[in-house]
Amino acid sequence: MTATSYQHDMTMQSTARAPGNVRVDHLVVAGMVAPGSKVLDVGCGDGELLRILSETRNVDGRGIEISREGVNQCVAKGLAVIQGDADTDLADYPNDAFDYVILSQTLQATSRPRQALEHMLRIGRRAIVSFPNFGHWKIRLKLLFGGRMPQTDNLPGTWYDTPNIHFCTIKDFRELCGTIGAEMERAEALHASGTPMRFAAPWWFWNLFGEQAVFLLKRRT
Amino acid sequence: MVEANLTATRDGPPRAREADEPRDSVVVRFGADQPLRLDAGVSLAPFQIAYKTYGRLNEARTNAVLICHALTGDQHVASTHPVTGKPGWWDIMVGPGRPIDTERYFVICSNVVGGCMGSSGPSSTNPQTGKPWGLEFPVITIRDMVRAQAMLLDHLGIERLFTVVGGSMGGMQVLEWAATFPHRVFSALPVACATRHSAQNIAFHEVGRQAVMADPEWRGGRYLVEGTNPRRGLAVARMGAHITYLSDAALHRKFGRRFQDRDNPTFSFDADFEVESYLRHQGISFVERFDANSYLYLTRAMDYFDIAADHDGVLSNAFKDSPVRFCVVSFTSDWLFPTSESRAIVHALNAAGARVSFAEIVTDKGHDAFLLDEPELFAIVRGFLEAARKACGLEPGFP
Repeated sequence: MTATSYQHDMTMQSTARAPGNVRVDHLVVAGMVAPGSKVLDVGCGDGELLRILSETRNVDGRGIEISREGVNQCVAKGLAVIQGDADTDLADYPNDAFDYVILSQTLQATSRPRQALEHMLRIGRRAIVSFPNFGHWKIRLKLLFGGRMPQTDNLPGTWYDTPNIHFCTIKDFRELCGTIGAEMERAEALHASGTPMRFAAPWWFWNLFGEQAVFLLKRRT
Repeated sequence: MVEANLTATRDGPPRAREADEPRDSVVVRFGADQPLRLDAGVSLAPFQIAYKTYGRLNEARTNAVLICHALTGDQHVASTHPVTGKPGWWDIMVGPGRPIDTERYFVICSNVVGGCMGSSGPSSTNPQTGKPWGLEFPVITIRDMVRAQAMLLDHLGIERLFTVVGGSMGGMQVLEWAATFPHRVFSALPVACATRHSAQNIAFHEVGRQAVMADPEWRGGRYLVEGTNPRRGLAVARMGAHITYLSDAALHRKFGRRFQDRDNPTFSFDADFEVESYLRHQGISFVERFDANSYLYLTRAMDYFDIAADHDGVLSNAFKDSPVRFCVVSFTSDWLFPTSESRAIVHALNAAGARVSFAEIVTDKGHDAFLLDEPELFAIVRGFLEAARKACGLEPGFP
């Protein structure tokens, strides 16, 4: 995970804002968190999600952020955030330390996504993961007809200058969940803006039309 | 050159008087019925603590902030130093409208036990003999300093601190407060410190102590009785230590290889280089205000500091289920208490389930950065305290 906060900016340029200038995808994630629980936000950026969680769901929130600026902004806001790297520092946390561990728009920037996910489900009873879906039809078309690594409004980086080194599709992610024995409690596909596609559809449909996805995972006991 | 400069200051201030009757400070004297029980297995009684306060204690007595000073600091955190006439050592951090706002908080800063600015220490008068303690003074630890501070708070009628804050040796006291009295501390801000003194740091301290003890005027620690003063030894100790408080980059930026008041080397052992002249000045001005034996005792206290060792070798045991809100701060160029030490604190606090923030500040100023103008540090302290204030229910505009 290199330069997480930078990465936040990279993927969320056209994100919709709810009243109060709140990112809609953050509201989707927040909606999966039970009030009063203990949460670790991995790659928390400037701490906006943590702020929403503590203000709207009375959550005891902690954060890890790799960029110094992000951390120092968070601490100056009074959030309990430490400087650290999801790829190396999750191993330091004890089992069952949190009710939820959140990885918001960061999975694709970790160097070992599987390991990060396994640690999340060890540290937390549940994990919430959101990521851009590389199986979206526009991306498929760009690769098919353009013949080059796709660049979109939400993923504007060139292949050689992007922190996003492990893109996956919704289908890929479901497969990884099966491999590591994670149970999918909830899943949402989101439009480019971060607003949820509020209708039931088969997975292939979401994999084609969802620009982002949010998964609520549980450790299989 | 050193010789000339150091002997020029022979008629320094009367240190023994400052140790017993400190100027511009409040002194609380604990009688024989209130001994300070020391880790060394003995008790200190009677003894005294010199302290300063700033701001006003609110009616609920919930806005008290304890500032713990570093090795060569003292209680004069935000007011003119009575010996040097210089501003308080942290007056850019503490004062009206400053990050530790004396219009909001009741700030307490006490001289540590073992110090030389009015709290009982080796230069104080031993009540049994009527003469300065010298090396008869018992060896003290960081925890002893904290126990004495706790007795001061009892005396002031303060059950719980809103926050305890300090850098370096002050940060060690902050960590000890959280480990020993977790329910008397709402939040803790240890800056540029560690939970144990490293071998390298013990080594540096030993060099400093040997410099003091090698001075013939030290007289086995009896210099106050014999009317001598190990100025040269203490100045050399300070010069060596001062290098460890800076960084290669900071020294280079400040001095480079520039000559002092000359264009060419003199081919002698004069202070040709600016950096030499600067260090000599640091050494000389230090002996004006500090007691050599206190330097031995306080460096020793830091050396013995090892919180994990006091808790079955497991650091996180020291903070198990701690209710304290922590904010740990380190500096990139601090090689005396490097960021890895702060990470070890954070790791242990996370393992203990404590609420912790951690920020590393980019600076080339080395360990001393915590005392200097670092706007990012100010923003972090301000933000952390404001959030803690909301969390503990103190109104924004209090008192």
